[in-house]
Amino acid sequence: MIVLQEKRVQVSPPLTRGPSAFIPENEVMQANGLDERTNLLVEEYSTSGRLDNITQVMSIHTQYLESFLRSQFYMLRMDGPLPLPYRHYIAIMAAARHQCSYLINMHVDEFLKTGGIAEWLNGLEYIPQRLKNLNEINKLLAHRPWLITKEHIQKLVKTGENNWSLPELVHAVVLLAHYHALASFVFGSGINPERDPDTSNGVRLIAVNNFCVCDLANDNNIENASLTSSNFGIADSLSELEALMERMKRLQEDKEDEEASQEEMDTRFEKEKKESLLVISGAFDDEIVSTDVSRYVEDPGFGYKDFARRGEDHLPTFRAQDYTWENHGFSLVNRLYSDIGHLLDEKFRMVYNLTYNTMATHEDVDTTTLRRALFNYVHCMYGIRYDDYDYGEVNQLLERSLKVYIKTVTCYPERTTKRMYDSYWRQFKHSEKVHVNLLLMEARMQAELLYALRAITRHLT
Amino acid sequence: MEKMARVSTALGGNTLTGRTMFCHLDAPANAISVCRDAAQVVVAGRNIFKIYSIEEEQFVEKLNLRVGRKPSLNFSCADVVWHQMDENLLATAATNGVVVTWNLGKPSRNKQDQLFTEHKRTVNKVCFHPTEVYMLLSGSQDGYMKCFDLRKKDSVSTFSGQSESVRDVQFSIRDYFTFAATFENGNVQLWDIRRPDRYERMFTAHNGPVFCCDWHPEDRGWLATGGRDKMVKVWDMNTTRAKEIYCVQTIASVARVKWRPECKHHIATCSMMVDHNIYVWDVRRPFIPSAMFEEHKDVTTGIVWRHLHDPYFLLSGSKDSTLYQHIFKDASQPIDRANPEGLCYSLYGDLAFAAKESLISSDSNRKPYIGDRRHPIFFKRKLDPTEQFEYISSSSALSVFETDVESGSMDWFVHTAKQYALAGRPLAELCDHNAKVAKGLDRNQVAQTWTMLRIIYSSLGTMSSTNLNHSMGKGSTTLPLMNSFNLKDIPSGLGSESRLDRSKGESRTENILMDSSSTLINNEDNEETEGSDVPADYLLGDVEADEDDLYMMDHENPHAEEQEYSLPQEAFPLRHEIVDNPSALDHLQDKADSPHVSGNEAETVSLTPVESFSLISISHSLYENRLPSDFFNPIVRDTLLFYAEQGDVQTAVSVLIVLGDRIRKEIDEQTQEHWYTSYIDLLQRFQLWNISNEVIKLSTCRAINCLNQASTTLHINCSNCKRPMSNRGWICDRCRQCASMCAVCHHVVKGLFVWCQGCSHGGHLQHIMKWLETSSHCPAGCGHLCEYT
Repeated sequence: MIVLQEKRVQVSPPLTRGPSAFIPENEVMQANGLDERTNLLVEEYSTSGRLDNITQVMSIHTQYLESFLRSQFYMLRMDGPLPLPYRHYIAIMAAARHQCSYLINMHVDEFLKTGGIAEWLNGLEYIPQRLKNLNEINKLLAHRPWLITKEHIQKLVKTGENNWSLPELVHAVVLLAHYHALASFVFGSGINPERDPDTSNGVRLIAVNNFCVCDLANDNNIENASLTSSNFGIADSLSELEALMERMKRLQEDKEDEEASQEEMDTRFEKEKKESLLVISGAFDDEIVSTDVSRYVEDPGFGYKDFARRGEDHLPTFRAQDYTWENHGFSLVNRLYSDIGHLLDEKFRMVYNLTYNTMATHEDVDTTTLRRALFNYVHCMYGIRYDDYDYGEVNQLLERSLKVYIKTVTCYPERTTKRMYDSYWRQFKHSEKVHVNLLLMEARMQAELLYALRAITRHLT
Repeated sequence: MEKMARVSTALGGNTLTGRTMFCHLDAPANAISVCRDAAQVVVAGRNIFKIYSIEEEQFVEKLNLRVGRKPSLNFSCADVVWHQMDENLLATAATNGVVVTWNLGKPSRNKQDQLFTEHKRTVNKVCFHPTEVYMLLSGSQDGYMKCFDLRKKDSVSTFSGQSESVRDVQFSIRDYFTFAATFENGNVQLWDIRRPDRYERMFTAHNGPVFCCDWHPEDRGWLATGGRDKMVKVWDMNTTRAKEIYCVQTIASVARVKWRPECKHHIATCSMMVDHNIYVWDVRRPFIPSAMFEEHKDVTTGIVWRHLHDPYFLLSGSKDSTLYQHIFKDASQPIDRANPEGLCYSLYGDLAFAAKESLISSDSNRKPYIGDRRHPIFFKRKLDPTEQFEYISSSSALSVFETDVESGSMDWFVHTAKQYALAGRPLAELCDHNAKVAKGLDRNQVAQTWTMLRIIYSSLGTMSSTNLNHSMGKGSTTLPLMNSFNLKDIPSGLGSESRLDRSKGESRTENILMDSSSTLINNEDNEETEGSDVPADYLLGDVEADEDDLYMMDHENPHAEEQEYSLPQEAFPLRHEIVDNPSALDHLQDKADSPHVSGNEAETVSLTPVESFSLISISHSLYENRLPSDFFNPIVRDTLLFYAEQGDVQTAVSVLIVLGDRIRKEIDEQTQEHWYTSYIDLLQRFQLWNISNEVIKLSTCRAINCLNQASTTLHINCSNCKRPMSNRGWICDRCRQCASMCAVCHHVVKGLFVWCQGCSHGGHLQHIMKWLETSSHCPAGCGHLCEYT
C-alpha cells in the first residue's frame, strides 16, 4: 500500500505550473459565476498589478475572495497606525513563523517597494528594537495564543522609547493573525511559488521549501502516523460520504433525543481536545529550516504545544461566550483601528455562512453542521469552548484523516503534504476542499485575535 | 461615595430608602433583575446565581440558586428575568441554549422548575409578558425566538427572524400582543405574538448588531435601541415607518438601555466594552450625559431601575464582581465639570467668546473691546421647557470681538507662505531667497535671521554681492524700523525716554542691554525714528515685536567691540572658497551699523557684533579655526523657539525645513510636531493647500508625514451613467463600460486624464486643451459648459 502511494506521488508531475500544487490547474480555472469572478480578478489586477496564486485559488469562492481582498487591502495599504514598510515587515515576521517562503518573498518585494530599509531584510538583529519587541507576541500568537497575557501587552505598550501605542499594536496583531492564518491557507492548499522571474534582489528565497521537496520529506515522516490507515478504496469513500450525510441529517433532525448531561458534554469537549493530541504524533526532529527563513525567526524551536496537554499549570478553557468576536472583539478592534472591525466582521460572517448547499455530488444539502463542526474544532484545538455546542458532533462528522489535516494545517501548516490533502473526503471537489481551507484559516485567525484582544482588554481594565 | 445621601421616596404607601452601597459577588455578573416589590434582586452569571435582599444599609444574600456539587451549564446564565406579576417566578437563559424557569416557592433546595432545550445555540435574552403570568419569550443566537407557555412542556410558537442571531426581545408594555426583537445584523423586527409566520414590521436600526432595546414605560410608541455602533436611538413606532426621533452618540458599544421611570426623556445606558460607567441621558440633550455613575471597575453588564415608579434608585451588576445600588443624588453630573465657556480665534484675529448668559450679563458695564466692531454682540437664547429634572438652563451668550483691520491683516503670512522656498536648492540660496521675501514684506528681523542662518550653515564664499547688500540692510529705509524697535523696551529698562515707549500689553521687562550701549542706541533712535511710525507700528502688530532688544548694531559702539574680543574663536566652517567682493565689503564698512537678527538670548547679543565683523575678518582668521557647524545649534534652536513663542510658527517651521538635519536633533520631536501641526493648520485655514502639502511632504516628523497618506481616496463618477464608481479600475460596474474614455479621440485614457467635475467628461490632457481653445462646451456633446481650472 505504502509503496504504491509513494509511487503515485512521484509519478504525478512534480511541480504543476498552476497556482496550486494540490489542485489541478483546470479545477481552479473553472468555477461558477465566471462573470462576476472575472470582474473581481480584473479589478484586483488593476489595483495591485498582479494576480498572485492565492487570489487565483481563492477565486473559486468569489464572494469570499472579495471580502478577503478588501480586508487585506485595508490592512496593508490604507490608512492605519503603522507605516507601510512596517506592515510588510510584520507580515514577513508572521509568515516566517511557519516558514512560508511564499508569503515572505511576496512581502520582501512589497517591503522594498514601499521604501523599507533593505538592511532589515538581513534578519531580526538588524531591525529596530520596537519591531523586535513584537517577536514574543508573534511567537505566542502563531503557536500558543492562549499563553498571551496582559503582561505581554504591558511589556509592549510601556517600554518608554520603544513603546507601541495601542492602535499600532492592534494593527500589528491583526496583521500577525492574518498572516499566520494565511500561511495555513498557503500550505493547506499547496500554493505554488509565484512564477515571477524577479529574483534579482538577492533577498528572495529561491524555492527553498519547494513543495515537491517538502512533500516527499514530510510524507516519509508521517508514515508512522495514523494516516495510512485511512486508505480505502473508491467504493469505501463513496459509502463514507453517504454515511457522513446520513449522520449530518440525523444531527440536524433529532437533536434532543439524546439529552447529554453536563458531565457528558464536558467529557466530550475534553475528549476532543485530548484526541487532537493523538492526531499527530509523528515527530519532526529533522526539520529543515532554511537559514533564509530563520533569519526572521527568533526561538525557532517554539511550536504548537497541545492545549490539552496537561502540564503543571492547568490552563483555563476560553469560554467563547465570555469574549465573543461579535460583542467584544469587534468593539475593541474597531475602536483602536477604525473600520478594520467591519471588514473582518464581514469576512468572518462571509466564511461562516458561505455555502453552495452541495456536498460532493449531492445537491441541496444543508452543510451548516459540518461547517460549524470544522470551525469549532479549530477553536477547540486552541482551547476555545462554546457552551452551546455538543462536541460529540465533531467526532461524528470529522473523520480521522480530516482531523489530521485540520490539525496540521492550523497548528503546523508547514508540515502539510499533498497526501494529507488527498486523503480526506476523496469524493469531494477541490473547490470544497478550498472551502474547508478558508474555514480553517478564518477560524484560526479569529482564535488568535480573540486571545490577543482579550489580553488587550484586560490590560485596559 | 463620600457624600452618601439617604433618599426616601413615597411610592403609594411603601417607601424606598437606601444609600449608595455595594456588595462583592463571588463571580462576574452577566445580568440582574429585580423583584416586583423592589426589595430583592437576582444576580446571574456564568458562575453565580444568587438572590440578594436590598436592605437599607447593605445587600444581604438570601438565596443561592446554584446548587449541586458540579453545577451544570444550565446554571451558566446569559440573562435573568424576574416576573413582574409573580414574585416566585424567575427565568434564565443559559449559555448552552437552555431556557430554565425557577420557582422560589418550591420547598426543596433546588428551585429549578422547567427546562426548555429547544434552542440550538446560546439564548441571549428571556422576557416575561408584562401582564400574562405564564408567557415567556426567548431569543437565541440561532436566529429563533420562542414563546413558551409555562403550563406546557414545549414552546407554543417559534418565530424565525430569517436573519441572524437574536440579541434582545422585549414585550411591548402597552400592546398586549406585540414584541420587539433586535438582531445581530442591525435589524429590529416587530412581531405579533399570534402570528408566528411573519413579522409585522422590520427596519434597520443600527450598523452592526443591535444589542438591546427597551419600550418606553409611558409612551407606547417609543422604542429605544442600543447598538455596537455606539448609538442609542429612540424610535417612534406610531407612524407607518419607524421614525428615529432621538439619537445619542456614546463612546462605546451600548450593551443595555433602560428608560428611567417617571422621566419621559431619560434613559440609562451601559456599554459592552472599555467604558465602565453607567450614564443617564436626556435624549433631547445628546451630547453630555445628565448623570453618570462611575463606581464599577469593569464593564457593567446589567442595569435595572429598582422600582417601576421610582427614578432615584438604580441597581447594577458588573464583570468586576460587584453589585451596586446607585442613588441619583450621588451621581456625578458631567455638566458640572463641563466648561461652560467657549473661546475661538478667527484667522484674522477676531475673537468669539461664548458663555453662560448669567456670566456675561452680570457685569454689563464691561463693554467688550472698543475697536472697530463690525458686528454687535450676539445673544442666543434657548430656554428649555422647565421640567422636573432639568438641571441647568441652557441659555448662553456669544460675543464676537474684532480686531482692527490693519493690525489684524495677515497678508504677510499668505505672501510669505507662497513665496518661501523650502527645498530644492542649496541651503544658501534658500536662505537668501527667503531673506529677500521677508525683506520684501518689511519683515526685517526675519530677513536677518535667514541671512544669519545662511552665514552659519553655509559657506561664506557663496555670498553674492546682492546678498550682502540686503543682509546689510538696505540703507536708510530699514534703519528707522530697527531703531524704533529698540525704543520700545529700553524705557522699561532705563526708565527714560518714555515718550518713545511703544510697548503694548505685557511688555517684556527683560532688558539685556548694557546701559552705555542702550543710551547710545537711544540717541540714535531719537534721531531716526521720527516719521517712521507707521511701518514700525505694523511690525509691532506682528509677532516679533519684543525682539528688538536684540537689535544690536554698530561696531562703532565700543561696548560691542569689547564683546567681540570675548569671542574671537567663533568662526564659521567654510566649505567653499571665498569670493571676495570688494564692493560688498566697502558697503559693509560704510554701513557698519547694520542690524543683525538673532535669537532672544543674551549670548546672541554678544554674538551679533561678531557677525557684522566676521564679514571682514573671515578672509584671514576663519580658515584657521574652524568650528563644527553645529556649534551654533543651541543659538539657532533658541531662535526658533523664540519665534514659535512669539506666534510666528511660520518662521520656525520654515527654518526647520530648510535646515533639515542640521537642526532637527536639537529640538525635541513633540515640539516640532506641534509647530508643524500649527503651521499646517494655519495654512489650511488660509486655503493654501499646496503649500500645506509641501510642508507635510518636507517634514521629517513621522506623525506629520503620514498626514499626507490619510484619506487619499479619490471618488470619481462614471462618465456614462454619472453614478459614483464603486469599482476600482476602469470599468463602471453599473453600465459596464469603460469609464475613462477620451471624449475627443474616444480611446481609453491611460496616463494623464483630465476631466470636468461638472459633467464627468474628459480625456487626454492634450486633447482637452486643444478642444477648449476652440470651444467651451463639453467635447462629449452633453452641452455642459466645462470648467477647468
